[in-house]
Amino acid sequence: MGATHLPSTEFDGTGMDDQLEAEAEAQLGAPAEPMVQLLDPDGTLGSDPVFSKYAEKLDPDTLRGFYADMAKIRRFDVEATALQRQGQLALWVPLTGQEAAQIGSGRASQPQDYIFPTYREHGVALTRNVDLAELLRQFRGVSNGGWNPKDTNFHLYTLVLAAQTPHAVGYAMGIQRDQKLAAANAVASVEAGQAVEPNAAVMVYFGDGASSEGDVHESMVFAASYQAPVVFFCQNNHWAISVPSSVQTRIPLANRAKGYGFPGIRVDGNDVIAVHAVTEWALERAREGHGPVLIEAFTYRVGAHTTADDPTKYRESAEESLWRAKDPLARLEKYLRAQGLADDSFFEQVKADGDELAAYVRKTTHDLETPDIRTAFANTYVEAHPLVAEELAWFEEYSAGFADEASADEASAGEAHRVQTDRAAR
Amino acid sequence: MTTMTIAKAINEGLRATLNNNPRSLLMGEDIGALGGVYRVTDGLIAEFGADRVVDTPLAESGIIGTAIGLSLRGYQPVCEIQFDGFVFPGFNQITTQLAKMHSRSNGNLTVPVVIRIPYGGGIGSIEHHSESPEALFAHTAGLRIITPSNPHDAYWMIQQAVDCQDPVIVFEPKRRYWLKGEVDTETPGASADPFKAHVLREGTDATVVVYGPLVPVALAAAEAAAEDGHSVEVIDLRSISPIDFDTVTASVRKTGRLVVAHEAPTFGGIGGEIAARISERAFHSLEAPVIRVGGFHMPYPVAKVEEDYLPDIDRILEALDRALAY
Repeated sequence: MGATHLPSTEFDGTGMDDQLEAEAEAQLGAPAEPMVQLLDPDGTLGSDPVFSKYAEKLDPDTLRGFYADMAKIRRFDVEATALQRQGQLALWVPLTGQEAAQIGSGRASQPQDYIFPTYREHGVALTRNVDLAELLRQFRGVSNGGWNPKDTNFHLYTLVLAAQTPHAVGYAMGIQRDQKLAAANAVASVEAGQAVEPNAAVMVYFGDGASSEGDVHESMVFAASYQAPVVFFCQNNHWAISVPSSVQTRIPLANRAKGYGFPGIRVDGNDVIAVHAVTEWALERAREGHGPVLIEAFTYRVGAHTTADDPTKYRESAEESLWRAKDPLARLEKYLRAQGLADDSFFEQVKADGDELAAYVRKTTHDLETPDIRTAFANTYVEAHPLVAEELAWFEEYSAGFADEASADEASAGEAHRVQTDRAAR
Repeated sequence: MTTMTIAKAINEGLRATLNNNPRSLLMGEDIGALGGVYRVTDGLIAEFGADRVVDTPLAESGIIGTAIGLSLRGYQPVCEIQFDGFVFPGFNQITTQLAKMHSRSNGNLTVPVVIRIPYGGGIGSIEHHSESPEALFAHTAGLRIITPSNPHDAYWMIQQAVDCQDPVIVFEPKRRYWLKGEVDTETPGASADPFKAHVLREGTDATVVVYGPLVPVALAAAEAAAEDGHSVEVIDLRSISPIDFDTVTASVRKTGRLVVAHEAPTFGGIGGEIAARISERAFHSLEAPVIRVGGFHMPYPVAKVEEDYLPDIDRILEALDRALAY
């Protein structure tokens, strides 16, 4: 594999070739385009002129950590699916099959980076230390955003497809301005003994389906124009609910980057080592001020789109089997065992840790408190708002008419009302 | 006190914002070297540089979306949408993202983005350049919407919009950009609260509620009505969301009659909301049904016939006659 995969290949202009290519990809699950791969499905580590050096930096602990994370999030996925089946969650969005794409990229990010997920990035959430039970709040219907993004620099899930992509670029434009300001004040900061903030970048996730949304296009235009420090991470999992990726694109998605004027790289999304290497490269490049990169992680959604979906209606089980043979966990396990980096006891421990996490998530999900609608009144606006105050007052009076039922909630109601009153008083 | 146009007042207000608030920045199409198609940002790029007066790619969703991202990073962007009819590519970002971010983050995140939109007709322009889409945004919780009608308000309201921690849309009455008036740049005075309606002319027989471009029209109609012996109170709403119903209610309790006029179509419009609220709040004070004056239920018509579409002095007088006939 040469360095030619860095900037993607020229569009050859023959529609038939593109169509055949797309069909071949859909049928074989194999990309016709160059793709960065370091660890093949047999667990053999290959080499790459650009990215091997990132793989070489990974110590055994980190590699075992990749496996542990992938196993943990897969176990979490199983548990959340079960919770949905048991009526504890309204919906679940499984990630199985995409563990390497998510853990590899998430682990390449630094704490100062800011991440904008779509809604399937539970693995990335794990790498950002989001409490996974908190993450379920949204799917239990007790919150529209279960965690505070300021704690982890992991933004809320965004359900309007691709709407988060311009947010990511704007955030990156803010980082640019902050870094300019910091550079201007650097001498003063050093003199004052203040630590210099490390450079940061933004990474935004979206899928092959969302790649068709106009917001992805506009985001890439903005990112290129201002050379914003942002990495577009597209998980091409081959299916937008029931529509194959060949309907979204006639060329490899990574090739689109060329049209915007920044590098696009297709990486084997089931190879955690390659995903980590490519993402680390892209984030470093962005932090150093060299602008955006598009990464297309070539992967597969092994399960359903959501627990409300039925993949048997639109795809062959043979295709799923084909992709199961490329499983991201299996190939890393083979590698770790072959290299003597992990033995049975390690994998047993990983399983035990996964079960422990599942038990914690199950217990915590049952205990997630249903909020009072008064918190929705309180959070609609930051500043006091007469209409909200009026409607809340009406609601309080109306609710008071049901005294018996209301008394049980009295304590929490009083608290929410106090918050609103305090804001009104400001 | 200085005399200036509304366009100049907004320009000065933005200049003051950029000077006073280092986290503020302007973004939009052609707002740099050109100074915007209405020259509202004239000269600002020379003064503050391209990082704070940002000529963006031609993409409204991108403008609003990146502004949201900048605000999440602690900046306070003021976006210019070039014309009212071109806000719709950004409608998704405004209604599903900007309006809901504070709520869906359980109050953890604030997105104090300001969106400036020149709106309304009366300048003989081509399609999509004369619209009044304010009701579409007023229906969305989480947004605030204000609209100045004079230079003093324009100077202060743009700054108050930036100071507000909620997202604010400022609808600027484009046919009044060249309207001149006194501006006190030292103190906002009665304009300290941008969400409060102003009684511009006191009266006892009927109340006319208007905002933005129709304020001078309503004042002229009230003058004409006075010649016929009718004392008409005129209220400049100033804020479309929230609406200062207290001021309107107090006026209707006094006059007993209410006419609401706006350029936007009456169906599903702000006038209907005011009529409903006032009928709930002041039913026993009303001597007549609340009468709405506004655009028809049609796409904004071609420029050569917009005079037949836009509410003018006679249309408001006709509505007053109907109200006074009860």
